[in-house]
Amino acid sequence: MTAPRHPVVARVRGLAAAWLAAAGLAALAACGGSGGGDAQSITLYNGQHVQTAQNLVAAFEAATGISVSIRSNDEGALADQIATEGSHSPADVVLTENSPPLESLQAKGLLAKVEPATLARTPARFSSPQGEWVGVSSRVSVLIYNPSLIPAGQLPAKVSQLADPRYRGRLAIAPQEADFQPIVTSYLHAYGKPATLSWLKGIEANASGHVYSDNETVASQVNRGAVAFGIVNQYYWWRMRAEIGASSTHSKIAYFAPGDPGYIIDVSGAAVLKSSAHQAAAQKFLAFLVSRQGQGIIADPSKSISYEYPIASGVTTQAPETPFSQLRPYPITIAELGDGSTAIALMREAGLL
Amino acid sequence: MTTSQTLRRPGPSSPGRAPAARPAVRARRARLPVALTAAGFAVAAVLTLPLVFLLIEARGAGAATVTHLIFRRLTADLLWNTVRLTVVVTVLCAVIGTAAAWCVERTNLPGRRVWAVLVVVPLAIPDFVVSFGWASLWTWVQGFRGAVVVMTLAVYPLVYLPVAASLRAADPGQEEVARSLGVGRARTFVRVTLAQARGAILGGCLLVALVLLAEYGAFEILGYQTFTTEIFTEFSVSFSVPAACALSLVLVALGLLVLAGEGMLRGGGRVSRSGPLAARQMPPHRLGRATLPVLAGFGLLTVLALGVPVGASVYWMVARSSHAILGVSLTSAALHTALYAASAGALATAAALPIALLAIRYTGRVRYFLERSTYLVLAMPGVVIAFALAYFSERYGGGLLYQSAPLLVICYSIMFFPLALVGVKASLARAPVSLDEMARSLGQRRLAVLWRVTLRLAGPGLAAAFCLVFLSVVTELTATLLLIPTGVQTLATQFWSYEQNLAYGQAAPFALVMIAVAALPSYVLGRFFDRSAHPHG
Repeated sequence: MTAPRHPVVARVRGLAAAWLAAAGLAALAACGGSGGGDAQSITLYNGQHVQTAQNLVAAFEAATGISVSIRSNDEGALADQIATEGSHSPADVVLTENSPPLESLQAKGLLAKVEPATLARTPARFSSPQGEWVGVSSRVSVLIYNPSLIPAGQLPAKVSQLADPRYRGRLAIAPQEADFQPIVTSYLHAYGKPATLSWLKGIEANASGHVYSDNETVASQVNRGAVAFGIVNQYYWWRMRAEIGASSTHSKIAYFAPGDPGYIIDVSGAAVLKSSAHQAAAQKFLAFLVSRQGQGIIADPSKSISYEYPIASGVTTQAPETPFSQLRPYPITIAELGDGSTAIALMREAGLL
Repeated sequence: MTTSQTLRRPGPSSPGRAPAARPAVRARRARLPVALTAAGFAVAAVLTLPLVFLLIEARGAGAATVTHLIFRRLTADLLWNTVRLTVVVTVLCAVIGTAAAWCVERTNLPGRRVWAVLVVVPLAIPDFVVSFGWASLWTWVQGFRGAVVVMTLAVYPLVYLPVAASLRAADPGQEEVARSLGVGRARTFVRVTLAQARGAILGGCLLVALVLLAEYGAFEILGYQTFTTEIFTEFSVSFSVPAACALSLVLVALGLLVLAGEGMLRGGGRVSRSGPLAARQMPPHRLGRATLPVLAGFGLLTVLALGVPVGASVYWMVARSSHAILGVSLTSAALHTALYAASAGALATAAALPIALLAIRYTGRVRYFLERSTYLVLAMPGVVIAFALAYFSERYGGGLLYQSAPLLVICYSIMFFPLALVGVKASLARAPVSLDEMARSLGQRRLAVLWRVTLRLAGPGLAAAFCLVFLSVVTELTATLLLIPTGVQTLATQFWSYEQNLAYGQAAPFALVMIAVAALPSYVLGRFFDRSAHPHG
């Protein structure tokens, strides 16, 4: 029979009514949530870890009364998004984990100059040479290894040894992550293009089967014993340790030899967009990030779970992290790290991307 | 041009052309198609926006960059990875989906009504939750093997649903006739049953193949590289929208290949049946001694597709300590998710109506290509579609609607339009043209006919289309991250935010609520496709 009032139709009607009710509630919630076009309100495009950004924003809001809306996404996607949005970008400030996205936005002419007083808080070598973004925090590249699979003595002391055939099948990397490509740029700076290409090919062979999409996976795969060692930034190990507890942490970290091109500092930075209609408030936020209070939040794992190194206003981390002053990285500048395009081209050629 | 088209006869499966229609009827009918064709073209035009964006951006990248990107060593690997995964998973989905549908629809499987719902629910679990569940439990769930397991379990319902529907609509009496003529059980199954479901199987496989082309979240977690993951790499490490768009064109080309392949396979199909009014109730096949193994199979499927991700979520929630992150409340995320999903479900279903009506009721080359072209969006990663809308809003709208709920809903409707179209087409096919004619001859006006007759009959199928889109929206992540209003979170974005920051304990409840929210439409879908079980209910 073709009775038009089908039981399913009736049931769907009931559901539709329920949905409409839910929709109404959600619409109300949405209206309540969005304030008017208040001048004392800015939008932050956040590519940093969410906890870090939230803790910084909460303290900034309390200190200044300026409210900040956070929009979090992958830093690369945010940079693309800002480029696509052009002059209509809703973003006022962009905060990233690494310098290349900021360098790329700077090259596209989308960033405003940072106030000199803000820039003065951070050592000049950790900010944009053009003064369009300011360094906020930093990390250092390390090896993460599982001592049950490889003793510390057998680890490579130099990044060039990562391509050594004796590490075949034992190395893990995350080449798509923004942290790997600066190491390639650094290598390129030290040894030139042909050597870098053959080194990358060696790495590609050694890491076969252990090429992961992110550093968290590299850290956890090494920790669980799926692979002997990998290359990450130090804070991934600390964050993992904080999450799973010291008793479940079966891995350790090791540094490269002092001055080795694999031993590099990655800088997280922030910028104000040229298109922002709230320049003053946005500049205030940048100033806060590098202030003693802002840097103190980054330095204290109980506040931000950041495990990054503060770099401005003379703030330092507490033990057990190796103090920033004791690090002996390869001397490469932010400008030399650039937007990483040459490194990416070589990684493509080697089949890593 | 509308007067020259030929009309299809009632029913979804009789391609025969009508003999020269009575002039009076013809003249009246010609008016509807003008509006209908206009609406169809308008919908198709909106759906081509992403492709237009890709072409504009790729052109901006320059020929040198594009050739460099496409003709490199990695492309061969990506092509191989993409193609072998698509083929293997599509075949597995076809087998599992068809077998499950046949058992549920045509046998005396115990607990059929429960299974009919359970086999659909996996569609409600985001692929990144499925892959995270698997990958966190077993190290071997990585790469190709992992991708095959996870994707098969995540998308086989896309085959199950249309096949179950078509087995229901097809006349089981034909099987009886074949058997009575002395054809064996197995041959009857192949020659009659499978032939009846052939169009539906192909349609389901088409959806699976296109969805696989555009999949990202699962492959990212499993470390499996396809064109889509490479497009994301392009976005995230090179900050190059033009390069990502150039690569997306390869996906579009693959999507065209899939469409062409499906079109060719479908070409020779011939199914005849009596309309839904004449289908007889047949006693179901007795499983007999096969009952236990079949039940075990269904149990295993449910455990793998549902149990693992749900179990992993519960496990994280209980076992893991967590970094505390501030997030929106579960209620807020769930309400926004439901609001967006319901709006997109309604919009996509409404937009699919004109295209489906054109495709079902009329033949002709233009209409054929119009309908087929709308499937292409399914092969494009959601983030590309979101970037396209951002681009047009910025370039031609002064930022109009950007990062607002309406634009997000439009984005979802474009992304999942083909899913709505499949549902709407299947349901309109159940409303024969002859009924329209009869109603009109009784003096009903055209719109009234559409409302009272066609939509009434198609109602449950429209609900199914709505539910398919709803489910897909609930689990969408990458386009959402780009277009959602700032400060608002859906269940998927909040889950992602926690998961990215290792706060698994906090992430887990969002995964579970996501499954719960999506389970409701899954239930409706399951019941819709199961209603012949109790014809008088």
